[in-house]
Amino acid sequence: MKFKVDNNEVYASTGGRPFDKKKPLIIFVHGSGLTHMTWVLQTRYFAFHGYNALAIDLPGHGLSGGESLKSIEEMADWVNSVIDAVGHKEASLVGHSQGCLVTIECTARYPNKIKTLSLMGGAGAIPMNPQLLSLAENNDPKAVDLMMDWAHGPAGHFGGHPVPGLYHINTGTMLAKSRTIQNTLGVDFRACDNYKNGFEAAKKVKCPTLSILATDDKMCPVKEGKKLAALIDGSQVDIIDNCGHMMLLEEADRVLTVLKKFITTNYPPLSS
Amino acid sequence: MSDKKKELKPNTYKFDTLSLHAGYQPHKNAGSRQVPIYQTTSYLFDDVDHAAALFNLERGGHIYSRISNPTVGVLEERVASLEGGTAALATSSGMSAIFLAVMTLCEAGDHLVVSSQLYGGTVNLFRLTLPKFGIKCTFVKPRDTEGFKKAIQKNTKGIFGELVGNPGNEIMNMPEIAKIAHEAGIPLMVDATYQTPYLCKPFEHGADIVIHSLTKWMAGHGSSMAGILVEGGKFDWMQNDKFPTMTKPYEGYHGLSFAEEFGPTAFTMKARAEGMRDFGPCLSPQNAWNVLQGIETLSVRMKKHCSNAEEMVKYLMGHESVAWVSHPSVPDHPDHELAKKLLPNGRGSMIAFGIKGGKEAGVAFINNVKLASHLANVGDTRTLVIHPASGTHSQMDEATLKFAGLSHDMIRLSVGIEDIDDIKNDFEVGFRAARKPRLVSNQ
Ligand SMILES: Cc1ncc(COP(=O)(O)O)c(C=O)c1O
Repeated sequence: MKFKVDNNEVYASTGGRPFDKKKPLIIFVHGSGLTHMTWVLQTRYFAFHGYNALAIDLPGHGLSGGESLKSIEEMADWVNSVIDAVGHKEASLVGHSQGCLVTIECTARYPNKIKTLSLMGGAGAIPMNPQLLSLAENNDPKAVDLMMDWAHGPAGHFGGHPVPGLYHINTGTMLAKSRTIQNTLGVDFRACDNYKNGFEAAKKVKCPTLSILATDDKMCPVKEGKKLAALIDGSQVDIIDNCGHMMLLEEADRVLTVLKKFITTNYPPLSS
Repeated sequence: MSDKKKELKPNTYKFDTLSLHAGYQPHKNAGSRQVPIYQTTSYLFDDVDHAAALFNLERGGHIYSRISNPTVGVLEERVASLEGGTAALATSSGMSAIFLAVMTLCEAGDHLVVSSQLYGGTVNLFRLTLPKFGIKCTFVKPRDTEGFKKAIQKNTKGIFGELVGNPGNEIMNMPEIAKIAHEAGIPLMVDATYQTPYLCKPFEHGADIVIHSLTKWMAGHGSSMAGILVEGGKFDWMQNDKFPTMTKPYEGYHGLSFAEEFGPTAFTMKARAEGMRDFGPCLSPQNAWNVLQGIETLSVRMKKHCSNAEEMVKYLMGHESVAWVSHPSVPDHPDHELAKKLLPNGRGSMIAFGIKGGKEAGVAFINNVKLASHLANVGDTRTLVIHPASGTHSQMDEATLKFAGLSHDMIRLSVGIEDIDDIKNDFEVGFRAARKPRLVSNQ
């Protein structure tokens, strides 16, 4: 669906179901340089089981208009505006990678609105490799290739994923190259690198929180994810073996199963 | 300099490694090092919720082997990885892959612009069968780049061609034709059977959908029929309103819009969800496995195919019994330069040549070679020959042969990977026999 925030058009996938104001809202926030498409193996389930599953394209990304936001804080405020723009008073948030920084910051800023927080491959800070950052800011496609290399675990490099026929490394590459790299990945990486408030924001999170981490995650290692989770009261942690940073694709089924249990328990669907 | 930072390089696996490993994780398959053959029709659901989720494309997995199968899935991922594509869908033959690609793209009332130099079966599909479904085609000569542009109509939904036409070895200017297609907001589909991704990756030159008859060089050993369509993932289906079946809610899946939901893999998802469900040209797991065995040695074989072909080109060009030789490696081939650009790793192993003495000599040659196999296939590890004027096209008169790019003296050769001297020796026997009828008629 399309709607407006700050006069810019926003695109959000609704998981194949029309938006229905009566249903509770889950917002999925993608990682650096990516789009709503990364969530396709999670959103459709929720959309067909009593939720509005909104996988948004951040401004300047995917099918959304406007320019990429330059800081995690702006993105956090923007996610809050999305909740208002679709006419809801509250939401559950799900983030991947950079999306974790955004959703933690948003939860800390709007504690009364955010009902559950699910973090995938999250950390309190995501400092960037300076060479990678500079490649992305200089519009070099090598930045995407490096990101796809590091973001997939050893198993993910072979493929063999649940959706028959899909080769994820190339799919991810295509998503990240679908718009001008320096305007998406470049701006996002810089925003991640600049963001220093993750641990402070985590301390303010009071809603039920889930962290899904992966043993072979090079971008946000388990150690970092655990450090963050330890700051959030009562936060649940699930660790996936043989999996890299792109767990939402590499181990899509496992992620969905864990997410489903966590969200349906803590933020029940509209029963039909 | 010691303090110079090491340049970062992506360490994703390269071609030869992907040929052996892509799409498969042993630890998820009882540690089996070889890809298992999942000889089954169907797959257990965990519970009703799981079943519903699979049917509704809410999660990945297998339901029924007409739609997908784990062994076939490995092949699909492997070819997608080698082509640099986002997704692939394997089918029971090359023809069914072409048919499925067209049916996924078009509806009755649509039109395609098609290269006129295609495999004969494909020509029949486009010329005679597709019109029965209300899909019309305009044929354009592969070298007539501007002709492709002129043939585009309002209802044109794509351009289709073989990179190197058969049997004349005419090469389509793929980068230019891709530009023409994209300016018109339509995709370019390329049948790259003769090249395999080892010789050319059409996505790097602007193609949007790549099709293979895997029966040929990919499987390589002349054992199994198979086909595949591969998606490049760049084409934007939502840029115009030409592709409503990709972009509008689809009744068959609770109002799913393939383009919105699946973006760079939308075409393959639709081809599977709709095409495999409704037409059902599924590949058997045994054949998928056979093709996988072939792909493991793809680059090794293709190198030998190409070096043997170039040797044969030299041999034939210097031979007293040969009137002409057509292969992109020949310096005066009209597409010699384009071939260098599009096929840097080798120009393929298909050669056409004219035998002095015309049809009669052709017949004698074919009847007397012993090592080269006389049959209707290409891309076997073994050397194959055929004389179209006396075999596949024997009903045609001179003018019709010419229209099809054939002539009475033409022999089509698919060079195998035998010892090159043995192939040449065999050809000597054929040429000797071919000269005899003339000696007789001269007396
Ligand atoms: C270029 C080309 N495309 C497609 C096909 C059809 O493939 P199959 O025979 O696997 O159906 C052939 C078969 O000869 C071919 O040569």
